[in-house]
Amino acid sequence: MSSFSSSSAAGRDIVALEGVTKRFPGIVANDSIDLAIRPGEVHVLLGENGAGKSTLIGMLSGLQQPDEGRIVVDGKPTPITSPRHALALGIGTVFQHMMLVPTLTVAENLLLGGPWWQRPRTEELAARVAEITSTLGITIKLHAKVSELSLGEQQQVEILRAMVRNSRLLILDESTSMLTPKGIDELGALMRRLVEQGLAIVFITHKLKEAAAFGDRISVLKLGRKVGEIPPERFRALGEQEIISEIVELMFGQQKDDPEAVERPVRTVHAEAAPLLRVADLAVAPTDNAPGLSSISFDIRPGEILGIAGIDGNGQKQLAEALAGQRATTSGSVRLDGAAIETLSVGERRQRGLRYLTDDRLGEGTVGTFPVSINFFLKQVGAAPFWRNGVEQRAEIDKRSAQLVREYDVRTPSLKTPVARLSGGNIQKVLLARELAEGAKVVIFNKPTYGLDLANTLASRQRIRDTAARGLAVLLISTDLEELLSMCDRIAVIANGALVGIVDNADDARTKVGRLMIGLAA
Amino acid sequence: MTGLFSEVFLSALLFGAVTAAIPLLLAGLGEQMSEKAGVLNIGIEGMMLAGAYLGFVGAFYSGSLWLGFLTGAAGGVAVALVMALLCVRIGLNQIVIGIALTLGLEGLTALLHHFQFSRSYPRLPAAEVTVIPLLSDIPVIGPALFKQHLIVYLAVALVFGMGYVYRRTQLGLNLQAAGDKPAALDVAGIDVVRTRTVAVLTTGALAGLGGAYLANVGAGLFIPFITNGAGFLGIVLAMLARGRPIWVLFGALLFGVCLSLTTAMQVAGINIPTDIIQMLPFLAVMIMLVLFGRRASLPAALGIPYERGAR
Repeated sequence: MSSFSSSSAAGRDIVALEGVTKRFPGIVANDSIDLAIRPGEVHVLLGENGAGKSTLIGMLSGLQQPDEGRIVVDGKPTPITSPRHALALGIGTVFQHMMLVPTLTVAENLLLGGPWWQRPRTEELAARVAEITSTLGITIKLHAKVSELSLGEQQQVEILRAMVRNSRLLILDESTSMLTPKGIDELGALMRRLVEQGLAIVFITHKLKEAAAFGDRISVLKLGRKVGEIPPERFRALGEQEIISEIVELMFGQQKDDPEAVERPVRTVHAEAAPLLRVADLAVAPTDNAPGLSSISFDIRPGEILGIAGIDGNGQKQLAEALAGQRATTSGSVRLDGAAIETLSVGERRQRGLRYLTDDRLGEGTVGTFPVSINFFLKQVGAAPFWRNGVEQRAEIDKRSAQLVREYDVRTPSLKTPVARLSGGNIQKVLLARELAEGAKVVIFNKPTYGLDLANTLASRQRIRDTAARGLAVLLISTDLEELLSMCDRIAVIANGALVGIVDNADDARTKVGRLMIGLAA
Repeated sequence: MTGLFSEVFLSALLFGAVTAAIPLLLAGLGEQMSEKAGVLNIGIEGMMLAGAYLGFVGAFYSGSLWLGFLTGAAGGVAVALVMALLCVRIGLNQIVIGIALTLGLEGLTALLHHFQFSRSYPRLPAAEVTVIPLLSDIPVIGPALFKQHLIVYLAVALVFGMGYVYRRTQLGLNLQAAGDKPAALDVAGIDVVRTRTVAVLTTGALAGLGGAYLANVGAGLFIPFITNGAGFLGIVLAMLARGRPIWVLFGALLFGVCLSLTTAMQVAGINIPTDIIQMLPFLAVMIMLVLFGRRASLPAALGIPYERGAR
């Protein structure tokens, strides 16, 4: 293992990003990011989904190219043009989704990538693997088929593969997401041994505890921007709790000159008004790929916006779907304007005035190949006046669509344009127009501004405020704490499928919500 | 019934089976290579037709069967190039392009044949056989198996050669990764598009060779749609063979016996309508599909064009 320590003098950057920007249609995934990666360090990249972590990894591993800025390898500006080039530079990546061929053995997977005219050098590999594994204290079954290994074992194989190829920089993308707690501890110990051998590690996660436990240096990403960094000196000086609270401050704290910052207009909610939506002890059974819900209770009064805060994937989607009737509940009651609706179907709930704006705008919210006009009435197909005796009333549909397009400022070439051709912001407007149409009483917004550009974000937020001002009850689910703080009257925090607290949106709400989100009492 | 089981009859039956099996074997081996790398090659029938036509033309004008095999393989590669360009590089739908190529080549070769040979209907002389000493003296199977054209022995040797490539070489690993998890191959630093292109072009060469054999050795002439579904049978064989060349050989021989039986039974004058006898090979396909269809295990990324970064 001498190759690591000799080739890289401690303290100098192996790889550095300088002002790297990457744009995708409608989204700035990375916004002039600077990053220094040094040998002997676990550099944690922390951020929520959509913060731009995966894009950053894509550029480091040669899958994507930056639009602006440059990547510097060993002090020289070096565009990383392909995965092969990244490997040649000594950058090995363990992707979030396993990159092993399940039908091949571990040895065959490790040999993949050699010159095609050669016979695989099995003996050489076995010797090399033995050398590496003995220093790392792991055991690898070289002749087992990959499909027979556990996820933790597969991950060890991927790390081993990077080592076999003499990687100097190991990138671990959300590597703990599929591991058991024991597997996570083992990975942490393995990372420590690797950096002690002089390797540089970039460890991507959205879990604060792992960042504090395994890292030497932490960079926090938020909506494509790097909002802060904790260097190793500072890291060592602080205790775990202090680090976590500093990260919380970076992740959820107010930024200076934030263009999205808006003074929240003071609204008077009539505390004595009867709640429009009353949810009591709602529970949903967990499934293979989704957490369950338990003890969900809250009220929303007319004109009120209740926020649901929480780290992504803690049951937000399940809550929205359970309320909309798209997910079976195991117990609890949902009352809309006093009437129990928990046994009603999706359509009946909608009829009564419960509206749900999904975060999956194209997958679940609209039919991409259908024209804009039909998408306005997807949930009324067959109903008068747009359909009569089962026949589509084109004139009626077009007339009302044109009205909605104007009213909601949908920027579309024509009413006949397939909705999938519109930008995310305009698709969102189509959904807003459909769901806020006549008869709405309670509206559930799930991540309404996720992936939208600034102008559309601000427009959507204004639309939500207007909705509440009309006297409707609004449930606003968002992973963007800023958004919640700027809009809600009260904020409930969801963690592991349970509401862990509801906070009035007063001056100290930011701290209280932040503490609740990471599992501390408010 | 004695006629049916005479030594001469059985020997002729077996000889016919081998002759019929070789094009299926080559098509099956070729298709297997494409499928291993993740490309469903429906255009293989078209590649065989191109091989049959150009193989016949090459042999007819040069007088050399070997040159005919060469032009036939080149014809298959030419069609495969179109397939590789459209389906592998550009990423168009493999089924649609495959069907289009097959139908297109069917028409094109029939048209060319019509202009060139429809008045004369030329035939090639019977192919020379290579007699293997000692083995060819075995009763029944000797004359059937060991008095064949040299290309037959080469085709059978190819079965073992490809088995070796798949199991023991780096190329074999790359091919399998391209079909089962192309993204893993890509991040390992191997170009997926290039690997798949190599596989498709090899398929073209093998299918073209199979077509040339069909025309030059099997029939000694070219007629429109001479392949009569041999390429499609090759697809079936490749799907049932679970990636193993040896199973393609067994399957090809089984179909070969069925095809040979149809000829033999007609010659033997058995009192069954010809139409029913001619259905036999296809009945065998259906029986095999019913028996082994569930056994087929196809690569995970079969038929899906690879796009870097797409999840």
